[in-house]
This record gives sequence, structure tokens and C-alpha cells, in this order.
Amino acid sequence: MSMLKAQLRAELQATMRNSEQLLLTLGIPVMLLVFFSLVDILPTGTTDPIDFLAPGVLALAVMSAAMVSLGIGTGFERSYKVLKRLGTTPLGRGRLIVAKILSVVMVELVQFAVLIPVAYALGWRPASPQWLGALAGVVVGTMAFAGIGLCLAGRLRGEINLAAQNGLYLVLLLLGGMVIPFSKLPGGLSSVAKALPSGALSQVLRNALTQSDSASTSAWLILAGWAVVAPAAATRLFRWE
Amino acid sequence: MPAVEVDDLVVRYGDLVAVDHVSFCAEAGAVTAVLGPNGAGKTSTIEVCEGYRSATSGSTTVLGMNPQTEQTKLSKRMGVMLQEGGVSLGARVGDIARLYCDLYGKGVNPSALLESVGLDERIRSSYRRLSGGEKQRLSLALALAARPDVAFLDEPTSGVDITGRQLIRGIVRELADQGCAVVLATHELDEAERVADHVVIFDRGRIIADGTLDDLRSGHDEIRFRTSPTLALAELSTALGLPVRALGDGEFVIDGDAQHVGALTTWLAQHNEPLADLRAGRQRLEDVFLRLTGGAL
Repeated sequence: MSMLKAQLRAELQATMRNSEQLLLTLGIPVMLLVFFSLVDILPTGTTDPIDFLAPGVLALAVMSAAMVSLGIGTGFERSYKVLKRLGTTPLGRGRLIVAKILSVVMVELVQFAVLIPVAYALGWRPASPQWLGALAGVVVGTMAFAGIGLCLAGRLRGEINLAAQNGLYLVLLLLGGMVIPFSKLPGGLSSVAKALPSGALSQVLRNALTQSDSASTSAWLILAGWAVVAPAAATRLFRWE
Repeated sequence: MPAVEVDDLVVRYGDLVAVDHVSFCAEAGAVTAVLGPNGAGKTSTIEVCEGYRSATSGSTTVLGMNPQTEQTKLSKRMGVMLQEGGVSLGARVGDIARLYCDLYGKGVNPSALLESVGLDERIRSSYRRLSGGEKQRLSLALALAARPDVAFLDEPTSGVDITGRQLIRGIVRELADQGCAVVLATHELDEAERVADHVVIFDRGRIIADGTLDDLRSGHDEIRFRTSPTLALAELSTALGLPVRALGDGEFVIDGDAQHVGALTTWLAQHNEPLADLRAGRQRLEDVFLRLTGGAL
């Protein structure tokens, strides 16, 4: 078995055996989607809340896998000297990073394989969805969130990183237009929220899947900016030990 | 050509000089023990040899390669055991052994590897459920997965019980007998004394002794014994014509060789002093260290 395959298998095993990560990447997105679709208490501004929630929860899933799950896992690996130990094997940093990226992509595929059918079962019927546009958004969003997650993981101690990632997750979830529309946020905060990576990704996905958002170009630019700046910052800030 | 050559190595962390112009060699087929207290510079030196850390100045060659510029090539022939950690808490023993066997690609069977370190019955256990000694044995197994030509083992017996220590000692000896250059960093002098062919003693970033155990202990014979704590030291010293020192708790040491044992036992019998734990011969490594550093580990 090649080194890359071996490391990818180890990454996936680590994710599958970590119940907290499964809750974060799959449990919470599914619960939010189902609960707020059936209990119509969010000011979504749509006839059926699922039309607003489905793209937002897909964006949430990307953030969960690429930022929080990757960031927390990598942070603890750094604290427990797993990265240092792997650094003395023939694996090399390049293959380690590729294995981590592939594992995030595979987790996202599983998330979408669950979330999209659940959304359809809840009555989601997107009008002329642009799946390729959404896929591009997911790829760029993954880069942005992975960069942010690794910035924190590469600098903070394991436990502090855990708290920081979870805190950031909550802020980006609440302000990112995923479950609460930007229009319901106070004026100044709404502008800030749209500049967040979560805000940009939820706008990109909502536009691609529902054609209901006109802020596509600016959202794309913001998301692309995060996708360049965050990985670059992670490369500069990351400490392997 | 030695398997490991460290020449005038300096490692600085800001203003702190962790390794101060250190030079030594480690041969293939031998166990080289790098000894010294915590913070003496052992781990920093070994990390430079592994290619993990950059030197401030000086040169290091491992298996004829520069660890900094040829780390990828070197890593295929190098086994490493960290002082602690190195495995995720949730990882299963069997999975982690399989991963490292695949990464090194030397055809090592993970089950056989775990059996060799006595962990074959823990194959489905997670790392967090292992005892301290079992963790050390797993870490050693991961180094063995490389079928290494050079092995850097950092504190391999730390926290390991007596049975585990014997097992690890046996594996280390076998590795060296197969031609591997084993570099073993430890602050446990007893372990080094039992397994090392060559000893390098670090103190405050510098090497203060370098040689075989016989080299370091030669010319420093002693007689140790226990008797009543109120022993008349000066009188005994005069009778034997040798210096006698009290070590505490009724233990004494005479700087002299075994030919003075007869005179000692006779004197003790004449003075109705008890005698226990009599040992005569070359100094223990701990005594060598104390003599050289004037301090304890």
C-alpha cells in the first residue's frame, strides 16, 4: 500500500472513531436541517424554511469538516507529537497534507450524501440548481476554512485550540447566514457578517442552488480572498511541534 | 566510517545554548548511550541527527547523509523513538502498527512486530488505554518497523516495569547485533550500564566524557559496604592507608581496589562492626558521572 493511501486510511479511521467529530460534521448539520425545517421558528423569509436552510446547512457542513474537524484533530496531533513522529518517517509533509485534504473531501462527500437526500425528503426542490457552481464554492470554501482551522491548530495548545475552534464555529454559524438571514442582523453587523468566510460561502451556495441571492460576485470575491489569505497565513504560522 | 558523526555541533534557542560545540561518533553494530540530566542537550542533539531540528553551526552526518538536506532519503533507513507521545490517544494499537509498517514499506508484518514487543494481545486497544510501559514498547515497535540501519531511541525505558525493561534491553541488543547503530539517550545510568558499548556523557550542553564503559571506569576501583553509621572513619582510613567516605545511611566507600577487602573485613571484625552489601571492583557508571560532574542526575 502506498504511503499516501496508508496515511489517508489512518486519517479516516481517526475521524470515524471520534464521536465528537462525527457529531460536529454530521450530527449537528442534520439536526439543524431537520429541526428548523419542521419547526418553523426561524425568520428565513421563505415560504418553506428548507429552501433557506438547505444551502446554509451545506455551507455549515463544509465549515465543520474543513475548519473545526481538521483543525481540532490536527491541533491534538501537534500536541501529542504525532506530527513530529510522522515527520521522521518517509511520509513527508507533502503527502501528510494531501492525505488530510483528501480525508476532508471524503468526509464532505459523506456529508452531502446524507444532507442532500434529507433536504429533499424534507421538501427541498431547488429551482434550476447549478451544481457545478455549488461544487466550485465548496472547493474554494474548503480551502478557506482549512486555512483558518490550520492557522489556529498550528499555533495554539491542543485544549486552547479546541475551545477556539468551537467558539469560532459558533460565531461563524450564527453570523454566517447559514441559519439566520443577514437581513435579521443589525445593520453594521450584517455587513461584517457578509465579509466572513461562512457568510460568503452560504451566499455562494444559496445563489448557486436557489438563484435567490444577487450578491454572487462580491461573495465569490470575498470567499476567494479567504481561500488565498487563510492557507497562506497557515503556511507561515504553522508550527509542527 | 561511523554511522553517526557529530562534529562541533551548536544548537541555540534564542540566547540559550542547548548544545555547545559537541562532537562524537556512533558506530554501526554498537549501542551508544548518550547520558546526561534533563536539559543537558541530549534530545536537541538527537533531533539534529534525525533531521528534525536545524543546527546553529557544526556538521552532522548519519549513514553518510546530511540529515537536514537528505532527511527523506535518510528516513527510510532510520528508526526513531520519541521520549513520549507520538501517537493519537484514540488510535488503535493494531492500526498504528499497520500504518508505520506501510509507511516504511520494508515488509514488516504488523502482528509479528507487536508480538516482538509483547503487545499482540493489545492489538484492538486504543493508545490511551495502554500503560506507560506498553506505550514505550509500542513506540519502540514503530521504530523497528523501519528495519533501521540507525535507530535513535530517546529514553526507551522511562516508566517501564522490570519485565518490560528486560524486553526492551534484549531488543536493543539484538538491533545492534544485526548491525544497526543504536543511539540511546537516557538519564537512567543503570540502563546504559547494562546495554551500552559506548557512552557519551553530556552536562550543560557539553560532552564531559566519551568512551567505552571500561575506559570511563578504569583506574577508579572502589570498595563499597554497609556497617554501623557511627563507624570510626579516620581510624579505618589510617589502618588501610586509603581514603574512606561516608555516603549516608551506613553506606561507605573506600577509594581502592579489591586487594584491600581482607584488611577491611579484619578491621571491622576486630572492632565488632557489622558488615553488609560488600562490593569491590570498578566504579558504577553513576559514580563515574558523579565524579565527572559533581552532581546527581
